[in-house]
Amino acid sequence: MSSIRILAGFAGAIALAIGGPALAQTPKRGGTLNFALSAETPHYDCHGSDTYATLHFASPFYSTLLTFDLPKYPGVKGDLAESWTISQDQKSYTFKLHKNVTFHDGKPLTSADVKATYDRLRNPPTGVVSTRKATFQDIVAIETPDAHTIVFKLKDINPAMMEHFASPWNCVYPAEKITADPQWPKTNILGSGPFKFVEHVKGSHVSGARNDKYFRQGQPYLDGFKGTFFSQSAAMLNALQGGQVLAEFRTISSADRDRLKQAMGDKIRIEESSWTLNLLVVFNTKKKPFDDVRVRRALNMAIDRWGGSQGLARTSALRHVGGLIRPGSPYAIDPKELEQIPGFQRDMAKARAEAKKLLAEAGVPNLKFVLHNRTIAQPYTPAGVFLVDQWRQIGVEVEHRQFETSPYLAGMSSGQFDVAIDFSNLFMDEPSLGLAKYVSSSKAPENRSGLESPEIDALIEKQSHIGDPTERIKVIRQVEKLILDSSHQVPLLWWHRIVATHTKLMGWEMSPSHNLGADLARVWINE
Amino acid sequence: MFVYLVNRVLLMVPTLLGVAVLIFFMLRVVPGDIVEVKLRGDGGNPTQETLDAERKRLGLDRPLVEQFGEWMTGLFTLDLGKSMWTEQPVTDEIALRLELSFEVALMATLIAILIAIPMGTLSALLKDTWIDYAIRIFTIAGLAMPSFWLGMLTIVSLLFFFNWLPPLTYTPIYEDPWNNMAQLFWPALSVGYRYSAVVARMMRSSIIEVLNEDYIRTARAKGVFERLVVMRHAMRNALLPVITVIGLEFAFLIGGLVVTEQVFNLNGIGRLFVQAVGRNDFTLIQGMVMLTAVVFVVTNLAVDMLYAVFDPRIRYR
Repeated sequence: MSSIRILAGFAGAIALAIGGPALAQTPKRGGTLNFALSAETPHYDCHGSDTYATLHFASPFYSTLLTFDLPKYPGVKGDLAESWTISQDQKSYTFKLHKNVTFHDGKPLTSADVKATYDRLRNPPTGVVSTRKATFQDIVAIETPDAHTIVFKLKDINPAMMEHFASPWNCVYPAEKITADPQWPKTNILGSGPFKFVEHVKGSHVSGARNDKYFRQGQPYLDGFKGTFFSQSAAMLNALQGGQVLAEFRTISSADRDRLKQAMGDKIRIEESSWTLNLLVVFNTKKKPFDDVRVRRALNMAIDRWGGSQGLARTSALRHVGGLIRPGSPYAIDPKELEQIPGFQRDMAKARAEAKKLLAEAGVPNLKFVLHNRTIAQPYTPAGVFLVDQWRQIGVEVEHRQFETSPYLAGMSSGQFDVAIDFSNLFMDEPSLGLAKYVSSSKAPENRSGLESPEIDALIEKQSHIGDPTERIKVIRQVEKLILDSSHQVPLLWWHRIVATHTKLMGWEMSPSHNLGADLARVWINE
Repeated sequence: MFVYLVNRVLLMVPTLLGVAVLIFFMLRVVPGDIVEVKLRGDGGNPTQETLDAERKRLGLDRPLVEQFGEWMTGLFTLDLGKSMWTEQPVTDEIALRLELSFEVALMATLIAILIAIPMGTLSALLKDTWIDYAIRIFTIAGLAMPSFWLGMLTIVSLLFFFNWLPPLTYTPIYEDPWNNMAQLFWPALSVGYRYSAVVARMMRSSIIEVLNEDYIRTARAKGVFERLVVMRHAMRNALLPVITVIGLEFAFLIGGLVVTEQVFNLNGIGRLFVQAVGRNDFTLIQGMVMLTAVVFVVTNLAVDMLYAVFDPRIRYR
């Protein structure tokens, strides 16, 4: 793992250097941050949510055991944990907690609260949704030798465990509350984070006030914050341009970025990064002719990803060509190596000729099918239009059908589609998370292709228990090649993240994940 | 009159019941459910066990008849259930936004009436003069221009020329009238302009029609002042179809300002409706459809009552 961390640290240092001047100034205390939230959380329970809307809403109120050190991403650092040790066999993690941590009601936060939180995450009581239950299945026991020490015992080596402990979804709740009512965090907020909950007016805004007893002395710098919900990006941009909000921390489109830069000049700061999201093309292997690998491979080879990324980047969030792991992450495939894989080649004339040949061999030279897609304009619509055009160039006729989220998901789950555009939303670059979507459909319902491959499953499982990063990368490359050759489910393009903030907003840190860095503890306003 | 009123109110019951039955079953025909949207809509990978448990918790695994029974029982006790998305009472979700939507609808209606009645009347009285042409251009522009587009122009103009934008969050008028007006005047104006165009066109044609009636000619022949002819005889009759249009438009505005609410970032009923539909939030959609139905039947009743006020010949029995 060390070489990966060094690499990541180097990348982080460069990022820090770019944003250096903003971070180097002495933070000023005071002021209320007004920012935009492009979605509203359905409830307050981090454990049962998979939407950034929950994190951008709730993170300022909560602490986690560890947290991502964004300038050194994907490095981690302590949040509630002051220090930690990992046993020689990598199966025991011992954390020492800060001693001066209290919940917002004044009660001390102890190891019992952390244990109750992780017990709820890995073994949720009846009726409680924990979408991270599988993540913590390697934990066999949690011990609390004293009020400020917690020990996690694992049944096997898990190289991603530290990153999982830093997951922003693992908000630490008071044991007393979740024992009395396991559903309590859905409708109540009581954390130990930098801000205390003030109010949530549904459909309108959420606000918080500084937690004066926050355990990190001097933080937070802001007196408070107010996050306003926007359902339309144009309204949000107007508010940003007019100074009503100083930021929106998920993303804006490249066209919006250009508009803001033109209108605001040096009053707006633009930060960009490749993103931990991608769109996938999924072939329904339960339906003919997509059960034939030649058909899938032909359709995959017809997609000009390198050319498409140029055009799509101007009109959508799609930009980066990559394999199964985000390009730019320590585990990503080298671009030169990627170009050798069918579907990622640069010589499109040759690839399309090969694709036509494959379709003819499969007996479907005049293939027609329906592309199942979402109605969400960005980036699903441009991606769908792009694919239709790419397949038209090898003589394939495609009907592009877009559905609202609910019927779209229902169609995917029930296998009522030929070819679909699916998506992958990861909160960090951990290969096990990314590869989970490629595990056989019978074990992983999120793999909508219907493909069963014990060989792929075994390799994905194997890489998840290899402690040595070099060895792990070898296995990842092996499974990546198998998956891309099989072409049952292939990445189209990875997304690009653009965050615009007013230049007077300081201390916020950019990363490839919109789920991270939302606690606002180090954010301040330079006025 | 009283008997008529009671009859009309009683007739509302089967109308609303019909709506309640239709909306319940129509929603269940659409594929998909809220659990998928909630747990998978943003890329989550929950297990089948988690999805099933959540469906069970929300009562979606129960037989349709049982769910329908609960819905109908709730209706009779005015309990619309809980939103499946936020798990808050549907009535609370609606009540939170109704005040804003009602205020915008009311302000837009007032703006429309203040603009449309004099303009429509003037246009009819000065038919085929330059004033009539100018008013017709104004009203046709209002009909042609979507109110949300006018809203966007308004916002951009305020930002560009005054570097100012309406407040982002709603403050009730009784708490801070200035802030309230600063936020809601602009959407009301955008919507009110289109609304006034519809009403002014109706007013104009209605007055032109009435002015050709025999009783107007008789009044003029009797030497009644022209002002009295217009105000007392022509306008009162001409207002009947105009009232109908105003009533329908008002009812529509309560839940129909979807895009305008988004443009001005208003936390109103229209936006909530669209969000509920996008999420397949059955209970909230059902509640909002019932609200819309109630608004329409009550407005229709109010319009019918107003007929009697404006036209003494109309008597309800």
